[in-house]
Amino acid sequence: MIITLDNITKRYGSFVANDSISLSVRSGEVHCLLGENGAGKTTLMNVIYGLSKADGGQISIDGKAVQFASPKDAIAAGIGMVHQHFMLIPAFSVTENVVLGLEPTLFGDRLDLDAARKRVRDISAQFGLEIDPDAPLEGMPVGIQQRVEIVKILYRAADIMIFDEPTAVLTPQEVIEFFKIIESLRAAGKAILFITHKLNEVMEIADRITVLRHGKVVGEADPATTSSGELANLMVGRPVSMLVSRTEAKAGDVVLALENVHVTDGTSKLALDGIDLVVKAGEIVGIAGVHGNGQTELIEVIAGLRPIVDGRICFAGGDIAGISPRERHRRGLAHVPEDRSIAGLAVTMSVAENMVLDSYYEPRFSRFGRIDWSSVRKAAAQLVSQFDVRTKSVDASAASLSGGNQQKVVIAREMSRPIKLMIAAQPTRGVDVGSIEYIHKRIVEARDEGVGVLLVSTELDEVLALSDRILVMFDGRILAEFDSRTADRSLIGLAMAGVVTQSQTHAPEIAP
Amino acid sequence: MTTDIAVRPAGFWRSELAGSVMLVLAALVTALVVAALIMVFSGVSMPQIGLALTSLATGSFGSPQAISETLVAATPLIIAGLGFVIGAKAGLFNVGVEGQILIGGMFGLVAGFSFPDLPMIVHLPLALGCAFVGGALLAGIAGWLKVASGAHEVITTIMLNFIALRFVDFLLRNPPVQNPERSDPISRFVADTATLPKLFAWFDPSMRVNLGILLAVLVAVFVAWLLWRTTLGFEIRVMGANQQAGRFAGMNTARTVIVAMMLSGGIAGLAGATLTQGVLGRASPDFAAGLGFEAIAVALLARSHPVGVVFSGILFGALTAGGRRMQVAAGVSLDLITIVQAIVLLCIAAPMLIRTIYPFLFRPARES
Repeated sequence: MIITLDNITKRYGSFVANDSISLSVRSGEVHCLLGENGAGKTTLMNVIYGLSKADGGQISIDGKAVQFASPKDAIAAGIGMVHQHFMLIPAFSVTENVVLGLEPTLFGDRLDLDAARKRVRDISAQFGLEIDPDAPLEGMPVGIQQRVEIVKILYRAADIMIFDEPTAVLTPQEVIEFFKIIESLRAAGKAILFITHKLNEVMEIADRITVLRHGKVVGEADPATTSSGELANLMVGRPVSMLVSRTEAKAGDVVLALENVHVTDGTSKLALDGIDLVVKAGEIVGIAGVHGNGQTELIEVIAGLRPIVDGRICFAGGDIAGISPRERHRRGLAHVPEDRSIAGLAVTMSVAENMVLDSYYEPRFSRFGRIDWSSVRKAAAQLVSQFDVRTKSVDASAASLSGGNQQKVVIAREMSRPIKLMIAAQPTRGVDVGSIEYIHKRIVEARDEGVGVLLVSTELDEVLALSDRILVMFDGRILAEFDSRTADRSLIGLAMAGVVTQSQTHAPEIAP
Repeated sequence: MTTDIAVRPAGFWRSELAGSVMLVLAALVTALVVAALIMVFSGVSMPQIGLALTSLATGSFGSPQAISETLVAATPLIIAGLGFVIGAKAGLFNVGVEGQILIGGMFGLVAGFSFPDLPMIVHLPLALGCAFVGGALLAGIAGWLKVASGAHEVITTIMLNFIALRFVDFLLRNPPVQNPERSDPISRFVADTATLPKLFAWFDPSMRVNLGILLAVLVAVFVAWLLWRTTLGFEIRVMGANQQAGRFAGMNTARTVIVAMMLSGGIAGLAGATLTQGVLGRASPDFAAGLGFEAIAVALLARSHPVGVVFSGILFGALTAGGRRMQVAAGVSLDLITIVQAIVLLCIAAPMLIRTIYPFLFRPARES
């Protein structure tokens, strides 16, 4: 089994998303497709999976040309895809999810789940997936849900398997498990196309590597003879430094102190269950943890966007319970939200408007309720050049910017006023490598100027690279604390999964 | 208003504005062709169809009198459409324009007959102000319900429309609003000092166009100024673009939603005043007669742009005025005009349709 792409070209208007891309995946091989966001990876996948039609080029399987009008054709040809966002129904059981759209029936249109259940069990045993066919999806860890997706495509007898950023949602432990599954799939002779932008994964799992940039293949590599630095340079098109250079932190006074903070998730369930936390001026405190363990609630309660049930939050010397988000901004709180398109930007509005989203009312921009747009645009233009935002104009809509440049707009806005504390939540999610480097540099600079930084990230690498202290959140609590100089990656990974030994237990300093 | 990194806009004929204008004109032509076809199929003779279409044109723009009638019909549509625009910019779909017209109109009416001794310079603005307050209060209920309980404004404003309609009915059947000389539900007349003066009475007393049309233009300028020049307008637009981002940036979203809703309803209330204090001079049951819903169409046709609303309001006004002439002259039902309006809207809502019918109008600028 071999799938070959020959000069695949896909245009959107005058924009070339895929420019004559050629590659092939053989059975028993893991081919990694590496590229930044916007490099054309997803477009290429959609072409292979029949979701969009190529404008030029040819796909062939075992030397035979194929045409896919829809995913249905692609599935029939033996192609399966595990999407980044799972296509599962929580209320259904594993088997029900697996057979969805392909339900086996007995005479009289009765559903025959028994046969399906047996096949799910067989597939699970064959590849070491450890899936219970009758378990409900509801409440399943993400890693297990992903396996259900894998069963789903194996059930449809896929020989060519596409994984779109499969590790984005997994804990480090789950990634290890996932790679074992990939190994067994490779051993079983599946052809695997693995899409990612994470260099260390590529080095670990790939048999062959293809690097995409601006819709073109810019390099092919063998993991045995290349390095992740080389790959990063290929991906970005210029030399990038993978390490964040920073000096020892000079921690000053406490800027933020949380004492025994309890918060609910909107219903009656506790999302934060007694958080104690201190951030000092001039240090970066990293919060590691799998998404959904209370990080969102922690950020929101500090920013004043969520009511506190019990406990105390002191910021810049005073208790800030009951103080409006705007007043917290005024006292020097900056907040880079987790998801820029949901909470960080109004993407249909202009870059200039987004730059003043939290300061438009200040005297420098408005008088008697009238906004002085010329000073807004002047200030925005200055921030655009200061933070290296690539936009054709400050009047261009934020939506016209790349993810990295959108994020730079958010960061520029938050750092454009005197601040004491910066909450940086997923500051580089969906951002290209070049911008990641830049944003990290800015965060460290802010720290060196005496800003306390609370970094919340599900990317352990990012937390490790930036933080002076690392706290691991699990199930609404801070489970462990690590000093970044001596931190052990695997111990942090275990803590993220809720496993912790006595010596790392988080012992909070008592706030003044 | 320039920065060193601004780009020059493309030429007018390739601009977005030109595209929109072209789209509307093409939609109008299409709608008229369909209207003619409907007349053919319903057995209207060819000369009659010709007469219908020419009287549509002469009845809307053919004479000073016709233009006056067009503007009279356009006035409440423009103002109420502008009210809808404010809500739409804040991400609120205010379907309650109809009810706000009714309540605003009644507030203006009551103020208009209650103080007969005031000079016009005081009385007219006072009554208009009351109309604004009336509409704002009604819409404010929907805004408050949304903020306090999450009740969707589409549902609450529809319900408030019914309440407004029945409330007006109640007022018209009881003193002090009911005309004491009448037994049917008709109100007293608004005092002359609170009536929008006719603009061209010195030229031809039968020309009904009044100060309301200037008020409409003024409101359009005000709405545009508010939305794009003030901090409140900025907050309103952020609510519409991404309410969550506004909340995260420290805006008071609850306050902004209520204020936007009240402004929206208040302006719709002014539209009601142009009826009771204008061409009608009094109120009868359901005097809004669906204008509130037509105004939503006007606003959508203009893609919620305040200046565009003035022109789309005049277009709809022209269709109404011309349609009346068409009915009289050619004996064609006024319902046909409703069909024309609906088809224009359909074509705007599905621009690809028009682009497919008339590809030559929308050829893109050649790529260099």
